[in-house]
Amino acid sequence: MSDQALGFDVASRRTGRDRAHARQAIGAPTSPAPALASPTLTRLPTGHGDAKTGGRRRFAAPRGLERLVGVVLLIALWQIAADVGWLRSDILAGPSVVVTAGADLWRNGTLPHSLVASVTRVAWGLGIGVPVGTVLALASGLSRTGDDLIDANVQMLRFVPIIALQPLLIVWLGVGETVKITMIVIGVAFPIYVNTSTAIKTLDPGYRELGEVVGLNRRQLVRRVVLPGALPGFLVGLRLAAAIAWLLLVFAETINATSGIGFMMARAQVFFQTDVIVVGLVTYAVLGLLTDGTVRFLERRLLRWQPGR
Amino acid sequence: MSVLAGAPANRDLGAPGTGLAVSARGVVRTFGDRAVLRGVDVELRPGEFVALLGRSGSGKTTFLRALAGLDRQVEGDIFVPAARSVVFQDPRLLPWATVLDNVVLGLAGGRRAAAAAGRAALAEVGLTGHEDDWPKTLSGGEAQRAALARALVRQPALLLLDEPFGALDALTRIRMHALVQQLHAHHAPAVLLVTHDVDEAILLADRALVLTDGAISLDVRVEVASPRLRRDPAFVDLRSRLLAELGVDEAAEGARALDGQASPPTHRDAPDPSPDRPSTDHPRTRSSR
Ligand SMILES: Nc1ncnc2c1ncn2[C@@H]1O[C@H](COP(=O)(O)OP(=O)(O)OP(=O)(O)O)[C@@H](O)[C@H]1O
Ligand SMILES: [Mg+2]
Repeated sequence: MSDQALGFDVASRRTGRDRAHARQAIGAPTSPAPALASPTLTRLPTGHGDAKTGGRRRFAAPRGLERLVGVVLLIALWQIAADVGWLRSDILAGPSVVVTAGADLWRNGTLPHSLVASVTRVAWGLGIGVPVGTVLALASGLSRTGDDLIDANVQMLRFVPIIALQPLLIVWLGVGETVKITMIVIGVAFPIYVNTSTAIKTLDPGYRELGEVVGLNRRQLVRRVVLPGALPGFLVGLRLAAAIAWLLLVFAETINATSGIGFMMARAQVFFQTDVIVVGLVTYAVLGLLTDGTVRFLERRLLRWQPGR
Repeated sequence: MSVLAGAPANRDLGAPGTGLAVSARGVVRTFGDRAVLRGVDVELRPGEFVALLGRSGSGKTTFLRALAGLDRQVEGDIFVPAARSVVFQDPRLLPWATVLDNVVLGLAGGRRAAAAAGRAALAEVGLTGHEDDWPKTLSGGEAQRAALARALVRQPALLLLDEPFGALDALTRIRMHALVQQLHAHHAPAVLLVTHDVDEAILLADRALVLTDGAISLDVRVEVASPRLRRDPAFVDLRSRLLAELGVDEAAEGARALDGQASPPTHRDAPDPSPDRPSTDHPRTRSSR
């Protein structure tokens, strides 16, 4: 049934005469107005009917490309500095040298091998740490007992620097893969826990009330209301977690490892191969960017309901 | 399945054998040492439309929440049907669910049946085409209508409305009044409408209650011939009576009403908008250019 059939627009129409009256009332004030100084008018920035460009320019390069300009400039400067000899190659290799080194490392298998080792560690760390943090957050966010048992402990442990756990972890777990992955797991679980449990606890109580009013049972309430409501907080935690995972990986790999990007860099350090070190740095940066991009992509997909996405 | 065609909502009687839709006796609610409700007695017959008036802070929402079953600390004897719906003062749509999913939230029965009922309810409130929208993209009036659809799709025997139009502009409010009347006529739930707008109460309700100092201080039938016109002497009389009971200085109120006249003239003395009035100019049609 249409709105109209329900009498939706009763009293909503004004006759043309009414409008004319209204215009007149505005256009011709009855009492003579004092002469007013006319203000200077400013043109407000407006769009061109093309929402995508945000009214900035009609033909703008994609934002990502524009941002690259600064990076390109920096690399060019670096290259020039290396070419004219301001930068000695045992201090810092120039970009062209780094690119060659990278290509060599790729061809002789060192880089792919290291890459696989590093990515595997981070994948395990996130793969275990994210569920652990999430489960703890759900337990403490959804039950009073869970909150009592978990929250105070986590909030206290949160302030222990994870890097300081390394000696103890090595005593317990030795120096193999387990210790590196465990450090990442611990580092990842905290931001996931803190952000997710906070999101659950600060969820608008009105939504829970609504769930009660429409007769949701506890399981439905969690699935339809609590979890989606906590999702934005979880994703914030995930972004932090991804950054922390790479940070801890770098630390673990440079201290003790027999494979991975960090190991490759540590070995290069011994031979003053600054080009290899820079290849390692660039690899870390690219991996970090890729992870962050993935989380951003997830945010865009999962939080479509938020205005402005 | 059409909500319109559905049988009148399942009338589980409030108190067994009393034939009432709501029976609340001696409802008391205190916050700390402050008694907000000090013994409220209210009865609603099935299908009755009752307006609950009261000054701000008089305890209207508190009472409505008690009837909704949301307040576990309230004292007294309260009987309500199991099938009841609430429309809060804010639309309270889950932002992460589409409009349709919001409307059918928690609805029993299969997914398909629920979706069909949800679409029908959205059509009734004039939101066809918005099923897959995100709630944050709706206007205030649209969101409130979606909330109304969510309440109706459950075919409640008792509909609790807490100032559902408080935040809407005068024009949208008139439309919502018409809509609520239509829906009440079709589904015939008992309605408790909390409001502090005296005119709204007289326009819509069969009976008006005034809550003062934690108890019902006035319980009066609305006997204004239909269509209810604001200029009808019976309307004017009842308005004076209710305003006096609310402790409003009528002279001041009169001045406010005169101000109101500056708004489009058709607003004042608008008859109860009738469903079959032909029309050509509707916001939906206008905006879809
Ligand atoms: N949870 C609460 N804790 C303490 N005081 C409360 C609580 N809820 C309501 N009150 C108090 O009870 C009184 C009545 O509140 P209520 O919300 O029922 O008023 P109302 O009649 O709905 O007012 P309004 O028209 O402004 O919505 C207010 O003074 C309020 O401060
Ligand atoms: Mg209220």
